[in-house]
Amino acid sequence: MSINGKGTPVNSRSSRNDDAPLLEIRDLAITFDTQNGPVNAVRNAHLTIMPGETVAIVGESGSGKSTTALAAIGLLPSNGRVSGGQIIFDGEDITNVSEKRIIELRGNSIGMVPQDPMSNLNPVWKIGFQVKETLKANGLDDGNSKARVAEVLSEAGLPDAEARAKQYPHEFSGGMRQRALIAIGLACRPRLLIADEPTSALDVTVQRQILDHLDRMTTELGTAVLLITHDLGLAAERAEKVVVMYKGQVVESGPALEILRNPKHPYTQRLVNSAPSLSSRRLQSQKAKDVLAAAVEDIEESTPDVGDGAHPAPVHVSHATPSSEARKPAGKGDTILEVKNLTKEFKLRGALGKSSQFKAVDDVSFTVKRGSTMAIVGESGSGKSTVAQMALSLLAPTEGSILFDGVEVNTLKGKALFDFRRRVQPIFQDPYGSLDPMFNIYRTIEEPLKIHKIGDSKSREKKVRELLDQVSMPAATMHRYPNELSGGQRQRIAIARALALNPDVIICDEAVSALDVLVQAQVLNLLNELQEDLGLTYLFITHDLAVVRQIADQVCVMQNGRIVEAASTDEVFNNPKQTYTQDLLNAIPGATLLV
Amino acid sequence: MVMFTIRRFLQLIPVFFGATLLVYFLVFATPGDPIAALSGGKPMAPAVEAALRAQYNLDQPFWMQYFLYLKNLVTLNLGQTFSGQEVADVIARAYPVTARLAIMALAFEAFFGILFGVIAGLRKGKLFDSTVLVASLVVIAVPTFVLGFVLQLVVGVKLGWARPTVSGTAPWNELILPALVLGLVSLAYVIRLTRASISENMNADYVRTATAKGLSRRRVVVVHILRNSLIPVVTFLGADLGGLMGGAIVTEGIFNVPGVGNLLFQAIKKGESATVVAVVGILVIVFVVANLVVDLLYAWLDPRIRYV
Repeated sequence: MSINGKGTPVNSRSSRNDDAPLLEIRDLAITFDTQNGPVNAVRNAHLTIMPGETVAIVGESGSGKSTTALAAIGLLPSNGRVSGGQIIFDGEDITNVSEKRIIELRGNSIGMVPQDPMSNLNPVWKIGFQVKETLKANGLDDGNSKARVAEVLSEAGLPDAEARAKQYPHEFSGGMRQRALIAIGLACRPRLLIADEPTSALDVTVQRQILDHLDRMTTELGTAVLLITHDLGLAAERAEKVVVMYKGQVVESGPALEILRNPKHPYTQRLVNSAPSLSSRRLQSQKAKDVLAAAVEDIEESTPDVGDGAHPAPVHVSHATPSSEARKPAGKGDTILEVKNLTKEFKLRGALGKSSQFKAVDDVSFTVKRGSTMAIVGESGSGKSTVAQMALSLLAPTEGSILFDGVEVNTLKGKALFDFRRRVQPIFQDPYGSLDPMFNIYRTIEEPLKIHKIGDSKSREKKVRELLDQVSMPAATMHRYPNELSGGQRQRIAIARALALNPDVIICDEAVSALDVLVQAQVLNLLNELQEDLGLTYLFITHDLAVVRQIADQVCVMQNGRIVEAASTDEVFNNPKQTYTQDLLNAIPGATLLV
Repeated sequence: MVMFTIRRFLQLIPVFFGATLLVYFLVFATPGDPIAALSGGKPMAPAVEAALRAQYNLDQPFWMQYFLYLKNLVTLNLGQTFSGQEVADVIARAYPVTARLAIMALAFEAFFGILFGVIAGLRKGKLFDSTVLVASLVVIAVPTFVLGFVLQLVVGVKLGWARPTVSGTAPWNELILPALVLGLVSLAYVIRLTRASISENMNADYVRTATAKGLSRRRVVVVHILRNSLIPVVTFLGADLGGLMGGAIVTEGIFNVPGVGNLLFQAIKKGESATVVAVVGILVIVFVVANLVVDLLYAWLDPRIRYV
């Protein structure tokens, strides 16, 4: 069995003391020393992992889940320290163990697979080198390390491992990098693997492949896994036990399915309700409740848990019309955005000045009705963001046309383009990157008004207040700066900024992907309400089908630059025609658990 | 990579012509008549003056002067100084001295700069770090001529550890003190740059991953932090080599080093276009080549960078 490391039989290792816990965390407290005094990041955390078992810690960012796991491998940031409790690994108290001993344990006994494959491999060393040094550091370099490196990499599912080992990280895709990191984490056959959000930076289908592979490997090797994730669905699918953390404390723990079906703590209940991957199939009714309010209560009641298209797009639109402003022409539900045979080619620079054409978007056509939401779904590299950029007229198409309200966008110049910009606004993925850190919130929201010379400073201030109110932020926020706000708050500001010019269409490029599930649910609800109140049209670019289920009326599925399937949301979810779409749906973690 | 290097050398051509033209014009436009200065302000026979003007092409309009200079350059004739020496000979004497001085200064700032920077970066906020930070700030703030004279007085005169001034042949050992003074300000920058780079990379995700693999602290620092941190430092050092060679005027003045700085200063004072342009032209080439070496080193340090 090639899986065995250095002739050590796997079974004898894991069967040594199967009854005793492999990792036990008792009343763990972790304190960070900050400029504003000590902060208790984790309090009274406790969890137990038996040999070979998979345990998941679930929580939102800042809940202390990663901190707890990092403490177990002695990797707390330099200002963090264990201020109470015990960490016992294989019967040994490693809470305050010496640097020497923890280095012995790392790699050999406790491995780690980190979160972001893009930043966790050293960009200046070859992949093979980075695997080899792991073997070497843990005394497993038996002089035949080249073959061993290739073996370890191919076990992790990397094809053509020997050649790949000679490449640098930047020559790998995200999925391949994560496989390399898994290879590194498991290279020395640790008894415990800490997997810190191992796939959250990856596409859903890649995520599934990688998790399946990780599952298989750890099962074969008898490795226990401590899985850190923000996704309850994923945790329930992959782990035997789930520990839910909230604000530094363990609020609930137990068998995975038990927690999912019968959450006791209010936080867990909220988490179960908002987890897009879990609830997408019934969050439809949740959404109906939010959007349609009392007027269509009967529809909501008749809607069973499994969404069945009980509220088709027209309901939205007719509901939206009364509150629509005068500038909107009479034709409600007419086409506002029409994309015809859109194609974008990029020139790829090859060796020796040769270049080749790369079709990022290939013959894409769709129409978006006023007041509705069109989602474009696809994996990274499918061309969906390129479509968004062309729709925003930030990128010129190679061929094809984009008609906005009947006018060709490509040929717009000067004043006409300026007016178009006012009517179509973007919200981008990264709320940390899309707000200018040197602008306070007031200036951020006011800027578009100023650029378009709308109102005087007094009326603009009033408008900013209104906008902040619309996105449920206190007016006092306007004097603060982006770095003082949380991710969800920043995204609300980005929405307020997009709304400032009363646009007709908002293009959301992965607008909620960077947010925690609960925050994501809040922002999606907000977007829904705004659509309701202002008659907005959304073009929603996302890789997350669970999000699509919650917000979209129509869906286009993109693959390799082409639209492979286009239909209503319900149609796509209930009756996917393409295997690619089916793969995407199946890849939603936990999708099949509750239904 | 070969294409890249060739292209970069081709870029030298417009840079060289542009720089020499500019320098030639600046010397031309400097107020004062070089011939009058040559005679020390005493009256000169009109025939002698006319002959001198003709000899140095000073009777020609500016474009003609520059053109004639270029024509001579093609035949590798750099012209003569006003005292009748071949410019080529003068430069051949001065450049090796300055090159020696600059290389010693560069080695000094690279070695101690990276060493102190790494230690300070790894022990951010500790005593060593704070001391180095304050000291480097002092060095940056105090002008070179003050540092130079102080060190000359203390090390050269009071302690007698080194010759206060350099002798005519400027051997290596006599250049140690001037090189130290010349490299001191850059040393302070290298320390600060390395320190910032190290402490930034220490928090990089891949460093944590390297630690999680079970590597020793030493290996993490040397293999994973140092190489990545050196990228900006190498850029600075490369660009600084040109600066050290051209900017040694003050240091060379203090220690009486017979190098390019002194030569250039005298030539500018006399309005000797031929000497000034030749010295600056070579400095331009040194700059460009140093930058090319930096770019090649850069790509060696960081495989993500391609030659475009």
